[in-house]
Amino acid sequence: MLRQEFLYGVLKKGGAVLVNKRLNFIRRKSTNYVMLSLTFLSVVIAVIPLLFIFYYTISKGFTYLNLDFFISMPKPVGQEGGGMANAIIGTFILIGIGGAIGLPVGIFAGIYLAEFGNNKFGSTVRFLADVLSGIPSIVVGVVAYTIVVLPMHHFSAFAGGVALAILMIPTVTRTTEEMIRLVPHSYREAGLALGIPKWKTSLVIILKSAWKGIATGILLAIARAAGETAPLLFTALGNRFWSTKIFQPIASLTVYIYDYAKSPFTEWNEQAWTASLILIALISIISLLFKILTRSKY
Amino acid sequence: MRNDIAINKTNLKEKISQDKNKEKLVIEVKNLSAYFGKVKVLKEINLSIPKNKVIAIIGPSGCGKSTFLRSLNRMHEIVGGTITGEILLDGKNIMKLDPVLLRRKVGMVFQKPNPFPTMSIFNNVVSGLKLNGIKDKKILAEAAEQSLTHAALWDEVKDRLHESALGLSGGQQQRLCIARSLAIKPEILLMDEPASALDPLSTSKIEQLIHNLKAEFTIVIVTHNMQQAARVSDKTAFFYMGELIEFDSTSKLFTNPSVKKTEDYITGRFG
Repeated sequence: MLRQEFLYGVLKKGGAVLVNKRLNFIRRKSTNYVMLSLTFLSVVIAVIPLLFIFYYTISKGFTYLNLDFFISMPKPVGQEGGGMANAIIGTFILIGIGGAIGLPVGIFAGIYLAEFGNNKFGSTVRFLADVLSGIPSIVVGVVAYTIVVLPMHHFSAFAGGVALAILMIPTVTRTTEEMIRLVPHSYREAGLALGIPKWKTSLVIILKSAWKGIATGILLAIARAAGETAPLLFTALGNRFWSTKIFQPIASLTVYIYDYAKSPFTEWNEQAWTASLILIALISIISLLFKILTRSKY
Repeated sequence: MRNDIAINKTNLKEKISQDKNKEKLVIEVKNLSAYFGKVKVLKEINLSIPKNKVIAIIGPSGCGKSTFLRSLNRMHEIVGGTITGEILLDGKNIMKLDPVLLRRKVGMVFQKPNPFPTMSIFNNVVSGLKLNGIKDKKILAEAAEQSLTHAALWDEVKDRLHESALGLSGGQQQRLCIARSLAIKPEILLMDEPASALDPLSTSKIEQLIHNLKAEFTIVIVTHNMQQAARVSDKTAFFYMGELIEFDSTSKLFTNPSVKKTEDYITGRFG
């Protein structure tokens, strides 16, 4: 009696399960479609601003894009033509100074954190680097102003480079560390077992294996530094004239974009677009160069 | 009659000197215990390793074979382990030697082939020399050829020395790692299950290689494969739960072990 009831129950339940299965199937399928459409929609939304940027910089920046823009100096308001040769070279110099200070510090700090950073000091440094990478760049500019510009009594390319270096260091440090940590322990062991000193194993074998990832970090840092405006306003200041002196104020593309874009003159506004186009192109070229340089031999 | 005696005497002398050679020890392990933190993974090991012999270390997983091996070139300490007791290399306590110099005398081959991915075959072989400051191209080229020949790999790679090491098969990569260890001319070669990631053909090549290397090097090999231990080694040590249960000539240990546990293990009754 009990057994029969039990069996009946099971059968009934089985039917219900079948119906449920069909329903479940439909629900699962439709949820899948909804989610898929949502992700696709998000991708479209994410890409639209990028397309807009490309569209505007190319269409508006094209007017002044000619050889003259690269090789001649800015002209006063009212005069036709003119270029930003000083700003282009200035941007290179600023990135150069920033990189010369920021990259070695960042890379070595990253190596230290990866190799010896499994202690309290290491985790503190790691935390501070994360905080530093989140600090608004204008604050970095103010700090660089206080520690470099004020003691030296004038604005300079060097001060701008220091500000950019401060911005580069955390990114480079953290990527270097992460990339070194990704190198399998077996390579380190192989190096040590060959009687190669630890520092050499880290520097030659491990760093070489991690180099591609580290280069990507460096690239990101440089691209970010190249696009910074705020910290340069208080440090490198800008310069209407040709200058390659490290301890003098120096022009940069971003500061020019800032100045020209907010000016009331249409001509200058259009030149700001051209400068933007060049900046974007410059960063793309740096990316491409790095990709080629770090392409593995094998 | 007198002549006979004289001959016998010289024979005896030769025999004695041969015995002395045979008994020349490269490593003496005295009362060695190894720890990971507070966990004791090796318990008071006493064992002597004679020169130009192959010593196999067998035992179930977790018995301390690898830890023992890694104690011999102080690789145990780079993962945070500690040891007590003494390990004498040619009579000198290795804990008092510089670990870097020690590892140039005691080379190591790992379970998984680990050639350096960013280096060519050639650079892999000479990496130990190059990174220790030898720049002379002639010396490096000679060392590479010699080591690769020793590792029975020369014929297979001589035309592609400057290609990536990762293009080699697993077995070739492992022989490349052996060549890399040989290039710095160690006295002793430690092998941590060198063939366990390889197919039977590569395995037999490695075993053949071990047999040939015996003439110049002393080899300590950890293996899971008892047939392999029986095939390649002169003496075998059986470890169980961190203790050295039995250490004897391979033929004796496999045919007539003196400890019951050894017999149970090699006949597959446990482990």
